[in-house]
Amino acid sequence: MTVVLDRPSSEVRSAPSFWTTRRRDQLTAYVFITPALLGAVAFVFLPLVLVVWYSLHEWNVLADTFNFVGAENYRKLADDPNFPAVLRATAFFSIGLVVLNLALALLLAVLLNQKLRGTTFFRVLFFSPVVVSLLAWTIVWGFLLQDNGGLNGLLETVGIDGPNWLRSGGTAMVSVVVVQVFKNVGLNMVLFLAALQGVPQELYEAARTDGAGPWTIFRRITLPLISPTILLTSIITVVGSLQVFAQISVLTQGGPGTSTTVLVYYLYQQAFQFHAFGYGATLSVVLFLIVLALTVLQWQMRKRWVFHEH
Amino acid sequence: MRKAVSIAATVALLGALTACGGGEAESGGPVTLRMTTWSANPDHVKLFDAIAAEYKATHPDVSVKFDALPFENYTTTVTTQIAGGNAPDIAWILEGAAPDFVASGALTPLDDSIEGAADLAPTATALWKQDGKLMGYPFSTSPFGVFVNTDLLKKAGQTLPTGDKWTWEKATEVAAATAAKTGKQGLVVRDFDYKDWTNLATVFRGWGAEAWSADGKTCGFDQPPMVDAMTFLHKAIFTDKALPAPGVAADFFAGESAMTIAQISRASLLKEDGFGWALVPLPAGPSGSYAVIGQGGIGVLKKGKNAAAAQEFVKFFTSPANSEKLAQFFPPPRKSQLNVDTLAKANPLLKPEQLQNVVIDGIEKGVVKPSHAGSAEINQAVRSGLDPLWKPGADVTGVLKGVCTAINPLLAK
Repeated sequence: MTVVLDRPSSEVRSAPSFWTTRRRDQLTAYVFITPALLGAVAFVFLPLVLVVWYSLHEWNVLADTFNFVGAENYRKLADDPNFPAVLRATAFFSIGLVVLNLALALLLAVLLNQKLRGTTFFRVLFFSPVVVSLLAWTIVWGFLLQDNGGLNGLLETVGIDGPNWLRSGGTAMVSVVVVQVFKNVGLNMVLFLAALQGVPQELYEAARTDGAGPWTIFRRITLPLISPTILLTSIITVVGSLQVFAQISVLTQGGPGTSTTVLVYYLYQQAFQFHAFGYGATLSVVLFLIVLALTVLQWQMRKRWVFHEH
Repeated sequence: MRKAVSIAATVALLGALTACGGGEAESGGPVTLRMTTWSANPDHVKLFDAIAAEYKATHPDVSVKFDALPFENYTTTVTTQIAGGNAPDIAWILEGAAPDFVASGALTPLDDSIEGAADLAPTATALWKQDGKLMGYPFSTSPFGVFVNTDLLKKAGQTLPTGDKWTWEKATEVAAATAAKTGKQGLVVRDFDYKDWTNLATVFRGWGAEAWSADGKTCGFDQPPMVDAMTFLHKAIFTDKALPAPGVAADFFAGESAMTIAQISRASLLKEDGFGWALVPLPAGPSGSYAVIGQGGIGVLKKGKNAAAAQEFVKFFTSPANSEKLAQFFPPPRKSQLNVDTLAKANPLLKPEQLQNVVIDGIEKGVVKPSHAGSAEINQAVRSGLDPLWKPGADVTGVLKGVCTAINPLLAK
């Protein structure tokens, strides 16, 4: 049934416009997100899909061969005698870096959160390596850690015969971890400092009134309230640690033996030095899955220990 | 609507990417050839540019751009450029990567691009041939010699042994004594640094040792000559202190060591007002005298966009006249130019007997440093395998057996 209403003639003549407010808003939104979307598609999603595609091929750049081999590269991975050592080195680096970095950053943040003279100087001191070029930082440390380098020269003045830091299996990985911790601890320290300064003072005062000691206050008030920042820094640090490359490339090139050959360095060797791009892509897929799994795990576990997430 | 927009965006993006990706061969008009090198030395670049300018005078449509890449990652960078669809037209190729480039079919044959190919020394071209065709031109065939800091030796009361007395035993004895008395280092195998073991061929070939058999199938590290050579080297490093230990940096050309094994092209690093020096051939080992050469070749890449024009330019770049000009930096592979007169003009720092003993004799009897198809992977496996050797008290025989265990599957590929 059609009901004809008596309305002014001008309204009857104009058809409803296509550009409704809703559509106009949608268009504006699309225009705004298109550049970011194009960037994400071109530089994130497309490479991701291509890497998975390449991992199913044997690709030799020099011979110009690109043959579909199915799961052959994954079978090769399972039989690769070097792969367990690579995973061990990666785990050692990541665990060492995450534990040392977060513990030291938190300790520094707590110390530098005190109202004492000179804290600003020390904040700048510990943060400054973050803004230094990674390569420059690593090359300088490479000189310092040589057998006849600055660190051993310093140790010699107090009668200690220092080890050959980067050339012995026992100290090479520890050296790389420590160099990286010093490089980036300032960033986490600043994040922790910001979090510490966001903790309401009245909670501390109330706790002290109730007779709580410094350790109890730290454990029961400070830690829970900065736990969202701990989650953030731990995710950033874990993901970053799994992607370490320049430090290994400059300081040890994966040696001695394969003791510092971490996953990213190994995939670089396979793809770019040994020309096995297909196998390199397979290792990239493994790295992606490891990073994804660890990030999901951390995200899931947040409900257990992160404040506001219960 | 949302779906339509996202599909359109994806299609547009993929279309744009596809349009950027492909590279069509140029069929006429001006051409710019790109030649990758590992030398940014201003004197080298000046000479290359002069050759390119001379070529342009007769080929106005062809320009040549020399693209100097860092030496450390040279082959990796070129490979990545090829993978990215940005292959250079002409590339320098290191001897270690030569078998991969030559055998893979990545290069176009140069037989028609080399004037007077019969003049090339067979020892120089051996590595660059595939089925009788010349796939690369070894523009630099540089023998290794021993540079000696005669001032340091004098200070330590040592004299440089000559003739039959110039043996590895005597060389390390003098190096150790000089190091002990001057506080500097003894003998440095340049660019070895306990990583690039291929430079150790300058030592172990004195014992008749080889990294692998001539056919490349059998590992030579566990053979008696290699065990003897490495035992000698280990003792020289850790007992006699004739060579710097791992992690100790010492630059001969900065006056920090008594001797260094290096290619003769390194003579350009010596300063005229610096210390007194001598250049002598590699010391004789138990198996007699020997010579080792390092090489750099030029190849035209099939995947380059202007292969025909590139071949033409290579013909000009490697002509006898330009080879003579290049000889001032890179010892030529042409027999007619391997004489004291030609080389002396190009290398004023070197004396005639140094040129004869080290350069000319070295190229004639020299064997190129170890190379093999898949050399990057093999070199990495050898390097890792040798790492346990570089500490006091190492089990030399056990370590060398381990090296063979690691590389045998790779040699068999």
